[in-house]
Amino acid sequence: MLLAPMILLAIFSYGPMYGLLIAFKDFSPGLGILESPWNNFEHFKRLFDDFLFIRALRNTIIISLLKILISFPAPIIFALLLNEVRHMKFKKVTQSISYLPHFMSWVILSAMIVEVFSPERGIVNYFITMFGGDPVHFLASKSAFIPILIGTDIWKEIGYAAIIYLATMSSIDTGLYEAAEMDGANRFHKMIHITIPSIMPMIIILFILRLGSVLNAGFDQILNLYNPLVYEVADIIDTYVYRAGLEQFQFDYATAVGLFKNVVGIILILGANAIIRRKSEHGIW
Amino acid sequence: MNSRKFSLFDFFNITFITLFSIVVLYPFWQTLVLSFSDAEQASNLGLNLWPEQWVTSAYEFIFSYGDIGVAYLNTIFRTVVGTALIVTLTVLAAYPLSRKDLPYRNTITILFLIAMFFSGGMIPDYLLVKNLGLLDSRFALIIPTAVNVFYIIIMRNYFMTIDKGIEESAVMDGANHLTILMKIIVPLSKPVIVTIALWAAVFHWNEWFHAMIYIQDDSKVVLQTIVRDMLVDVNPSQEAQVSGAGMGDTQLLLSNVRAATVMVSIGPIVLVYPFAQKYFIRGIMIGSLKG
Repeated sequence: MLLAPMILLAIFSYGPMYGLLIAFKDFSPGLGILESPWNNFEHFKRLFDDFLFIRALRNTIIISLLKILISFPAPIIFALLLNEVRHMKFKKVTQSISYLPHFMSWVILSAMIVEVFSPERGIVNYFITMFGGDPVHFLASKSAFIPILIGTDIWKEIGYAAIIYLATMSSIDTGLYEAAEMDGANRFHKMIHITIPSIMPMIIILFILRLGSVLNAGFDQILNLYNPLVYEVADIIDTYVYRAGLEQFQFDYATAVGLFKNVVGIILILGANAIIRRKSEHGIW
Repeated sequence: MNSRKFSLFDFFNITFITLFSIVVLYPFWQTLVLSFSDAEQASNLGLNLWPEQWVTSAYEFIFSYGDIGVAYLNTIFRTVVGTALIVTLTVLAAYPLSRKDLPYRNTITILFLIAMFFSGGMIPDYLLVKNLGLLDSRFALIIPTAVNVFYIIIMRNYFMTIDKGIEESAVMDGANHLTILMKIIVPLSKPVIVTIALWAAVFHWNEWFHAMIYIQDDSKVVLQTIVRDMLVDVNPSQEAQVSGAGMGDTQLLLSNVRAATVMVSIGPIVLVYPFAQKYFIRGIMIGSLKG
């Protein structure tokens, strides 16, 4: 039974790992992976002299940290607010709406985002011109691009990310709330002293995991939204690998960049997992 | 809960959540309106939440000139075949891994886990598919992603919660592993199988990157790549550029055509959404942190 999955795993997971050898070689497709000559880590030496790589590394960390700072707490707040809604039908409908964008690809969502921020037809510029301003080309603006990334990231994921918190909240023993009411607690007291502490372990676990994937700044989102005018602030490691490898065909160098990211990434993720394991007695895997 | 009065907080909370929901839905609605507009209506769209006239030219255009029909069939093909393959392989791998009597169980599990944490990455993946001669093949979209370790681990964990007593009595009756799997394990694991099937189906329906880098042949494009092409072919400074002659007397913008393509592409997801969402919700609970 395991044979078919293991063969596919060997070919399509371990095969590309073998392909990583080209990061250490002067790869020429004609010679193939084995025959291409070793090049004494030239690609990795080049890495830290490459202005574009440094820029991509910097942008990756900035975008990722901003997302952690802003997109991470958003679903927690949303879940807390939704948890206070007592009209069940309203709660259900708004929650269903909130995770609709999660099920769309960034290609689809980007096609919508481009229209919302369009200088000619977009609603944002409609309001700007209504108040006498000039239309702004948001997606081509270095200062507006990152806020758009963060805002649209929240739009896509807030509802889905809130599900886990809402589920944790609904499993809180109602006796706790009743006891608190006896003691004269109002709903804000209950939120701060019962609800938030109950979801705290979940918040901490998800937060550490999120920190572990800090090098993933959102490849799908950025590749579909960015353009050369905003590369300065928007080009991340993954989009750089894509352009260097598949548009400029520097297969070996792009592989080296990707390998660098993967190695640092796995250290961070294993580190995050180790912290959680220590904190909560059971890890994620 | 005892009856409490509707406070100021409730008022603001409900208002805020309502506004939030409108913001979430607005881009979808704008796309719908654009898709049913022509160039003239689109260019003074502003706050219009309702087209003055619902015109179907953009839809007529994509169905008569584009590859949309072909793309639809290709997307359905990869979704149906790809999902079936993922689910089958997930079940086949999860069952042995869930059994304590599997020889070298830990080693094999670690081999799977390594593949979840570490990968060759974009370029080695691409070169492998190229060297296997799978470029421009529909199988390039299905085979490399067929084994999903994350799904396997989730399903394995679920299988491990199933009571061993039933299995043992089946073994007494002379059942082999395949019979146990198909007759006992699979029927008892329907919720997790449905959830993984839905995840896989959404993945295949939405997947665009492999379709973009592996497929050049127009007869094998999927819906996502068609939308993607309409997204990048536009120079951001000339968004208003007219996409072509349009249909009959009506002029269309690229925006109208793109909006219609988007609506057509997300149609199935939106239609299935109300029925499938409880499985997704269950899925996130099963998938999250079940150590």
